[in-house]
Amino acid sequence: MAYEKVNELNLKDTELRLGLPGTEQAKEEQEVSCVRSSKRQLQSDNEEESTPPTKTQIVGWPPVRSYRKNNNSVSYVKVSMDGAPYLRKIDLKTYKNYPELLKALENMFKFTIGEYSEREGYKGSGVLPTYEDKDGDWMLVGDVPWDMFSSSCKRLRIMKGSDALVLDSAL
Amino acid sequence: MAEEEDLSEMANDVERHLKLDPPKPSPPPPCPSHVLENVLENVLKFLTSRRDRNAVSLVSRSWHHVEAQTRFEVFIGNCYSLSPARLTRRFTRVRSLFLKGKPRFADFNLMPPDWGAQFAPWVAATARAYPWLEKVSLKRMFVSDDDLALLAVSFPGFKELVLLCCEGFGTSGVAVVANKCRQLKVLDLIESEVTDDEVDWISCFPEGETHLESLSFDCVESPINFKALEGLVVRSPCLKKLRTNRFVSLEELHTLMVRAPQLTSLGTGSFSSSTHDGAQGEQEPDYASAFRACRSLVCLSGFRELTAEYLPAISPVCANLTSLNFSYANISPDVFKPIIRNCHNIRALDSICDEGLQAVAETCKELRELRIFPFDPSEDSEGPVSGLGLQAISEGCKKLESILYFCQRMTNVAVTAMSENCPQLTVFRLCIMGRHRPDHVTGKPMDDGFGAIVKNCKKLTRLAVSGLLTDQAFSLIGEYGKLIRTLSVAFAGDSDMGLRYILEGCPKLEKLEIRDSPFGDVGLRSGMHRYNDMRFVWMSSCRLSRGACRDIAHTLPSVVVEAFGSDDDDDDDDEDDNADYVETLYMYRSLDGPRKDAPKFVTIL
Repeated sequence: MAYEKVNELNLKDTELRLGLPGTEQAKEEQEVSCVRSSKRQLQSDNEEESTPPTKTQIVGWPPVRSYRKNNNSVSYVKVSMDGAPYLRKIDLKTYKNYPELLKALENMFKFTIGEYSEREGYKGSGVLPTYEDKDGDWMLVGDVPWDMFSSSCKRLRIMKGSDALVLDSAL
Repeated sequence: MAEEEDLSEMANDVERHLKLDPPKPSPPPPCPSHVLENVLENVLKFLTSRRDRNAVSLVSRSWHHVEAQTRFEVFIGNCYSLSPARLTRRFTRVRSLFLKGKPRFADFNLMPPDWGAQFAPWVAATARAYPWLEKVSLKRMFVSDDDLALLAVSFPGFKELVLLCCEGFGTSGVAVVANKCRQLKVLDLIESEVTDDEVDWISCFPEGETHLESLSFDCVESPINFKALEGLVVRSPCLKKLRTNRFVSLEELHTLMVRAPQLTSLGTGSFSSSTHDGAQGEQEPDYASAFRACRSLVCLSGFRELTAEYLPAISPVCANLTSLNFSYANISPDVFKPIIRNCHNIRALDSICDEGLQAVAETCKELRELRIFPFDPSEDSEGPVSGLGLQAISEGCKKLESILYFCQRMTNVAVTAMSENCPQLTVFRLCIMGRHRPDHVTGKPMDDGFGAIVKNCKKLTRLAVSGLLTDQAFSLIGEYGKLIRTLSVAFAGDSDMGLRYILEGCPKLEKLEIRDSPFGDVGLRSGMHRYNDMRFVWMSSCRLSRGACRDIAHTLPSVVVEAFGSDDDDDDDDEDDNADYVETLYMYRSLDGPRKDAPKFVTIL
């Protein structure tokens, strides 16, 4: 159990126990599994003896073959850039945040993007990254938290040229 | 009479080893039996079912002999149950071989790599014994490129190669088969791992017209030469089944469909466009028209990178479809539902869309097989309430025979409803992904639900259980599951009694796979009378000791008992209880004793 600090009192300090002071309380078993052997059945990369396995680390559970897991965790979206002759595709799951995504887009289409600010959008470069969300609306990339974005983004469009400038100044 | 004595001796022999053991060799019988054998041969040629044939082979020595001579298709459910030499000794005219290797739990990383199930000794033996071999189907076997090369050169009349869930080979091996097997009709690579050797194997098919009827490569994770594929399709007039991989775009698919409107089964590849949207209008192909032209299309799969806006193109064929596989498609309910509402004749459906099940229940009255895979295959995700979906299916799809259903949580009421609405179920596999999860409405174990399944579904042959289950559930399975042949158990039960109930109660049980359940030596020993009659037993992360496993091995010489564990097993022999603990037990009956190719980490007791 984690002892909270309540009103600045560390409850753990004031707890009455029979053990000698300084002995650590045994960590709680998170594993519900009724298998008890001192042998661990985990993947070999979990070296720490002190951390019990969390639920998601059980090998082979749920019993879905790995190629199915991979496929479902891939989320390719089309990326179009105004003026480019063909579209590209990127897997949103390979990026963890906006800077990574924007950098990848910059590399892919050879442009540089302005700095993002909540108030003014992407100022200065005449390039606007936009996306179509689940409802079919076109939104500016960057306003919502990354996870919300990556699960609702259906496709990306990088606006540039006159369209972008108009929006730029309007923002 | 001498023959009577031989008969009873042989009957004992065969009774012990049931389906596999030949009698001791003897000199050929006198003339009248020759006549009998000729007649028999002509009659037995009509028998195709292997169970019938096994029964026939028990009648007498001469029947056994004739049956062996007329068995052209051999099925071996466990490649280690006999040696290749025994196969070639008994059956002399084999044209088709189906071999299964690793047990199913190997699919979920529960078995260390390089465990075995090599195709090599089999291809070597059959190459010598059956030069006329036409068909090989392998499941969960390790097949190397060399094996494929040997196969390709050894059998001039080779027609069909099906590799299911196999590994060990790459596109170079496939290329050799494509090139050398000039009579090839079927090349199906299904759910196998195929390494990318950067070989253009499609171009390796010979020039001129081919005999190809089925080509499946949707599991091949490497690009293909599309021009060569198009050319191949054009010169394969018999082609009925084509399953492309995700490197085939929608435009390319369209080209293929136009070239092969006679297709009955199509794997659609990525189902995603590769061109710029601006070039729409005059340049975009008419996909719906291409689908409409495929009047014989009854089976659709693929959709690996589905672009939902193009999905309505399949509408013209929906009414004819008997089989639809959306399980690789990131498909949302609002896209799925309008499509499925046209699929009145669907008999087999694979999907991840459990929210669309109401629509399935309302439309798919001919449904026989349903598999719903999880969209998010982890324990803790919040999925939609799946009990409703299951209930809807059971009420709407009364002809359902087989179901595999993944969900986060379930209720006994929904499972019971399914048992009452679909009493003709033969396969019921429910995977509640949350381990030990009880009925999410009542908080009780899932015993009642699964109990209802075994009670009401009297034809049930395959069962997979999950969720919070007590020994009571197993008591019911043992009491009512009299036809069950395959049973899968994970994270269930309270004690050895659970295992006892199954082993003492289910007389037809052939395949038992158990993981992470509190079954120990007492439970294991209680099945001593059964293991000779079962194909295999798998128990991992249970409570077994080496002593008990050794006892089984000593008591039952026809059963091979393998023990192995996680990779760090070998070094850590210090603690006594660890050395005694058996992480994984895999045992199976075998006529030829322990295998010689076991890797170091496997101990054969």
